[in-house]
Amino acid sequence: MFNLRDWGAGVWERSGRPVRVLIALGAIAAAASLPLLGGTFLNTPIADYGSVLVFPVAIFVIMALGLNIVIGKSGLLDLGYVAFFAIGAYTMGILGTKTGLNSWEILPIGIAMAMFAGLILGVPALRLRGDYLAIITLGFGEIVRITALNLNSIGGANGIVGIPTPPTIFGLEYTFDNHRLYFWTFLIIILLTIWMIRRLSVRRAGRAWESIRQDEDAAELMGVPTFRYKIWAFVLGASVGGAAGVLYASKTLFISPDNFTLQVSILILACVVFGGMGNIWGVVLGAIILGYLPDRIRFISDARLLVFGAVLVLMMNLRPDGLLPRKKREKALPEKGQS
Amino acid sequence: MLSNFQDQFASLTVGGLSLGFIYVLIALGYTMVYGVLRMINFANSEVFMYGTFATIIVIRDLFGFTQQSEPATGFRLVYILFLCLIASMLMSGILSIFLELVAYRRLRNRGSNKLAPLISAIGMSIVLAEFMRILTDSRYVGSPRVMEKKSLGTFFGAELRLDNVIIIVAGLILFVSLSQFVQRTRLGKAIRAVSMNEDAAKLMGVNLNFVVSGTFLVGGLMTGAAGFFYVLKYENTSFNIGFELGIAAFTAAILGGIGNIKGAFYGGIALGLLETYASFFLGTQWKAVTVFIVLVFVLYFRPNGVFGEAITQTRA
Repeated sequence: MFNLRDWGAGVWERSGRPVRVLIALGAIAAAASLPLLGGTFLNTPIADYGSVLVFPVAIFVIMALGLNIVIGKSGLLDLGYVAFFAIGAYTMGILGTKTGLNSWEILPIGIAMAMFAGLILGVPALRLRGDYLAIITLGFGEIVRITALNLNSIGGANGIVGIPTPPTIFGLEYTFDNHRLYFWTFLIIILLTIWMIRRLSVRRAGRAWESIRQDEDAAELMGVPTFRYKIWAFVLGASVGGAAGVLYASKTLFISPDNFTLQVSILILACVVFGGMGNIWGVVLGAIILGYLPDRIRFISDARLLVFGAVLVLMMNLRPDGLLPRKKREKALPEKGQS
Repeated sequence: MLSNFQDQFASLTVGGLSLGFIYVLIALGYTMVYGVLRMINFANSEVFMYGTFATIIVIRDLFGFTQQSEPATGFRLVYILFLCLIASMLMSGILSIFLELVAYRRLRNRGSNKLAPLISAIGMSIVLAEFMRILTDSRYVGSPRVMEKKSLGTFFGAELRLDNVIIIVAGLILFVSLSQFVQRTRLGKAIRAVSMNEDAAKLMGVNLNFVVSGTFLVGGLMTGAAGFFYVLKYENTSFNIGFELGIAAFTAAILGGIGNIKGAFYGGIALGLLETYASFFLGTQWKAVTVFIVLVFVLYFRPNGVFGEAITQTRA
């Protein structure tokens, strides 16, 4: 069968540096021009197209990229990823309304908070494997949401209102309905994240994650400090989730615990698997499609989630490795635990 | 507070036990499938939700109960309740087999990666829940009262309410019959064989597809029974109750050791009691947090759950 991923990788590997730069710039330009295509068939019938591109699409892409480090690269099943998103958003909400700090100053603080939470969760949880890790992370996500819901000092069920917009830079003003500016800002963050993950993937950390994902026992025997690298994967994934949270809060200007349910974690997981676990471009594509699709098919209003679920089932049955699966060579290895 | 707790301890325990048995039965749905396929059957929560609706359909449409009707008594009550139980179990059992055929079979036979069936299950779960949401107009559906919830007397200071007693007794009977089924019958032995070693079982002539369907059926039947008990106890349902109870039951399965039938039993009971006591001390809003914190502690010291994995033995 025609494999888009292998074809793309082939083109990339055969071309020299100038062509690669051209391809990359072309891709970035295509992504940056997305908000300008509002009037075309891409338009979303009910929600504002520009705003859909920012949330859910761009935010989903950032979160899916972060979750991909945890699930796709190192094979750790995390069902509570929304917790880090929530921690980032609440950091922005609390600091933004109670102190004079602006979004760009809060961004590193939010990331640090999410990383710290990842560390606290990771140290006990990462000793567990597979599905146990899944349920612990799921529980953590719920704990964060329920805590936010029940602590009245941070708004309780009402959430936090009046979060300030990011300050004006280069004369560009972040007003609530200036969706294009937000989109381009988030695009820069997405590119930075992709760049970070690509750099890490080809280095020691990337190789360690790869070996842990394929066979943790063998990796440990070969001298890979698996626990430490699993923590690293977890904390890095958390940092990206935290960043997405800060950005989300400074876009919507209002957050409440309802924005951070388990469904979000599951949706992001679906983005990662749907697009192709472990492959950055697959994950980006998956997040774009799953973020965009429910709003695009809103004309079938009541049944749109039903159709969405059916698409997930159908896709997984037709292409279980996702739209753009990772390189084929790894699949020759037998599945672990199939005894 | 504490003396208050001592007064109510016995009654809370009875309520917690009946909640616990609901969890046990749903957890069995998760644990059976996990034992055989090593896969979280994420859509089991929706199977449960359809079970609750089957009971309400029988009460409301088959027997024509309305909110104003007099509760049934005597033999008629037994007959109605029995029919509800059967309807719920069948509904969930058949749905569960259907689920396996649509969402998992193809993926399993292709030997895909571990997460693809999970996403497929999530998709099915969304489809099932949304279908019910559209059918019910996103509303809660109340169940007419078929049974007067009278007290049968006290036992060491515990008030024995009729519905709780029925749930505890019937739950126990169902659990014992399930473990006997798995121990003694031909299909039960085949299920255990596949859960021990899939390839060897296949070589010994076990029809894998049949066993997997059987596992889903049995798990679905148990989950459906839980649906009936839920309606009996709480007298309402809605399209989204599956999620919360499903997560709790899955936690219970993990707590006891997933893939282990005995583990589901003790895990479910422990979780039911824990939730009830925690709600008493900290208020219902913190019960989920308490449960998860306990779970983290248990898994920290016993990473495979209290009773370890697998229907019969721990995986090497």
